[in-house]
Amino acid sequence: MTAWLRLHAMAFGATVAKLARTPFATLLNVLVIGIALALPAGAYALLVDMQAAARGMSGDPELSVFMTLDAKKDEVAAIEKRLRAEPQLTQVAFKPREAALEDLKKNPALGDVIAALNQNPLPDAFFVRLGKIDGDALERLAATIRTWPKVEHVQLDSAWVRRIAAALNVGRIAVLVLAGLLSFALLAVTFNTIRLQILTQREEIEVSKLLGATNTTIRRPYYYYGAVLGFLGGGAAALIVYAALQLMNAGVAEFARLYASNFRLDFLPAGDLAAILGFSAALGWLGAWLSVTRHLREFEPR
Amino acid sequence: MIEFSAVYKRYPGGYEALKNVSFTVASGELVFLTGHSGAGKSTLLKLIPLIERVNSGSVIVGGQNVSSMRAAAVPFLRRNIGQIFQDQKLLYDRSAFDNVMLPLNVTGLHPRDGAKRARAALDKVGLLGREKANPIALSGGEQQRLAIARAIVNRPSILIADEPTANLDANYAAEIIDLFAAFNQVGVTLLIATHDQGAVTRASAKVKTRSVELKAGELVA
Repeated sequence: MTAWLRLHAMAFGATVAKLARTPFATLLNVLVIGIALALPAGAYALLVDMQAAARGMSGDPELSVFMTLDAKKDEVAAIEKRLRAEPQLTQVAFKPREAALEDLKKNPALGDVIAALNQNPLPDAFFVRLGKIDGDALERLAATIRTWPKVEHVQLDSAWVRRIAAALNVGRIAVLVLAGLLSFALLAVTFNTIRLQILTQREEIEVSKLLGATNTTIRRPYYYYGAVLGFLGGGAAALIVYAALQLMNAGVAEFARLYASNFRLDFLPAGDLAAILGFSAALGWLGAWLSVTRHLREFEPR
Repeated sequence: MIEFSAVYKRYPGGYEALKNVSFTVASGELVFLTGHSGAGKSTLLKLIPLIERVNSGSVIVGGQNVSSMRAAAVPFLRRNIGQIFQDQKLLYDRSAFDNVMLPLNVTGLHPRDGAKRARAALDKVGLLGREKANPIALSGGEQQRLAIARAIVNRPSILIADEPTANLDANYAAEIIDLFAAFNQVGVTLLIATHDQGAVTRASAKVKTRSVELKAGELVA
C-alpha cells in the first residue's frame, strides 16, 4: 500500500519535473489547450450572465390577476387564499384598487384625467410571482385561475418567458457543441505530446519492463502528465476568460449606464470553474490513456 | 532452480532456435552455456525471464512454471532474476547511480532505502566513486560492471548473463568473471552464456562450474 502510494507520488513528481524541464514547450501546450477551452468557457460565462440579467428583468414568470369591479372584500380575500395555496408561487403582492388609483394620480401627466373621473375604473389586482415553472404549466395555471369566481382577467408573461428560455437554450446547445468540438483539440494535444514522449523514452520504457516494471507503473506517469497538462490548460482558459470579461466590462458598463442599469459581466461561479478544471484534467487523462494504449503496445522488449 | 524440459522455440518465419532442450541448473550452481553465435544461447536465456516464450516444453524457474505464466505476473518474476544483457541496456540520460536505482524505483521502494542498496551494489562492483558519472563516461569494463550492479541491486537469487565478457579486453573480462565467482560463493545461482573459453577456465579455477553446450539449437553436452 505504501509502495503503491509512493509509486503515485513518484509518478506525480516525475510529471512536474518533466513539465518544468521544458518550460517553453509546456507553456505552448498549456496555451493551446487554454485557448481552445477559453472559447466555450467564455461563451458559457456570457450565457450565465445573460441568464442572470434576464432574471433581473423578471425572467421569473409573473401572473397579473385582475378582479371584477364588483368583487367584494371577502371574495378578494378568498382568491388571495387560493393563490397562496399554489405550490409554485413564491410571492403575491396585492394592490387594492384605491391604492392603484392613488398611484396613477401621482403621475403628473395623468393626474388631471384621473381627477376628472367620478368613479375608480381600476380593479383590485394581484401580482403573482412564480418559481420554476415551464410555459405549459404556467398556461394551465392561468386558465385555472380564470375560472375562479370574480376573476376578470389573468395576464401572463409566458410568451416572454418562453422566448427567453428558447434563446438561452439555443445558446446552451451552441456552447455544448463548441465545447465538444474543442475538447478534441485538448485530446489531440495531449495525445500527440505523449506520443512524442513515449517515442523519446522508448529505451527507458523497454529497460524498465525488462527490470520488472508493471504496465501500470509504466503508464502511470503519462496519465499524470496528461491530467496535469489538461488541468493547467483549464486554468489558462479560466484566466483568459477572466481577462476577456474584465476588458468587456469597461464597454458593458458604459452601455448599461445608458440604460440606467448596473449590469456587468461576472466571472464564472466557483462550481462551474471547478467543473471546467476537472473536465479539462479528465480530458487530458483520456488523451494520455488513448496515446499510451495506442503506442505502448508497439514495443515489447526483445 | 532452473529446469528446461523438452523445450522447443521457433521464431515467426519458421526458424527453429531451440530443439528439444532439457537441462537443469541446481540452486547455487554456476553454469556456463557455451556454443557458437547463433547456436541459441541468447534465445535460451530469454526464455527464463519470459522475454520470449517457449513453443512447447516447459521452463521452471524457482519452482514456478513460467511457460504458462500470465502476462500480469511477468514483472514480478523479472524482479527476482538478475539479468545482464548482451547490449547492456544502460540508460545514457542519467547517472550511474540512477541506472542502478531503476529496478528499485519500479517496485516503489522508498528512495532512502533504495539509495542505500544502490550504493551497496555499486560498492560491490567497485564503482562507488563513480556513481555520479554518466555511463557514457565510463570505460567498457566499468559499463559492464554498472550493468552487473543494476542486475544485483534487487538481491536476486538467480543471475543470468548473456556474453558478459564480449568486447572486453582480457583484464576487464577477468574482473567480471571474478565478480561472478564471488557472487556464486555467497550462494547465487548463475547461468552465463559465453563463447569465451578463457572466461570459463578462469571461473573454474575459483569455484566449481559446469558447462552445457548448444549446437544449432540442440544440447550437445
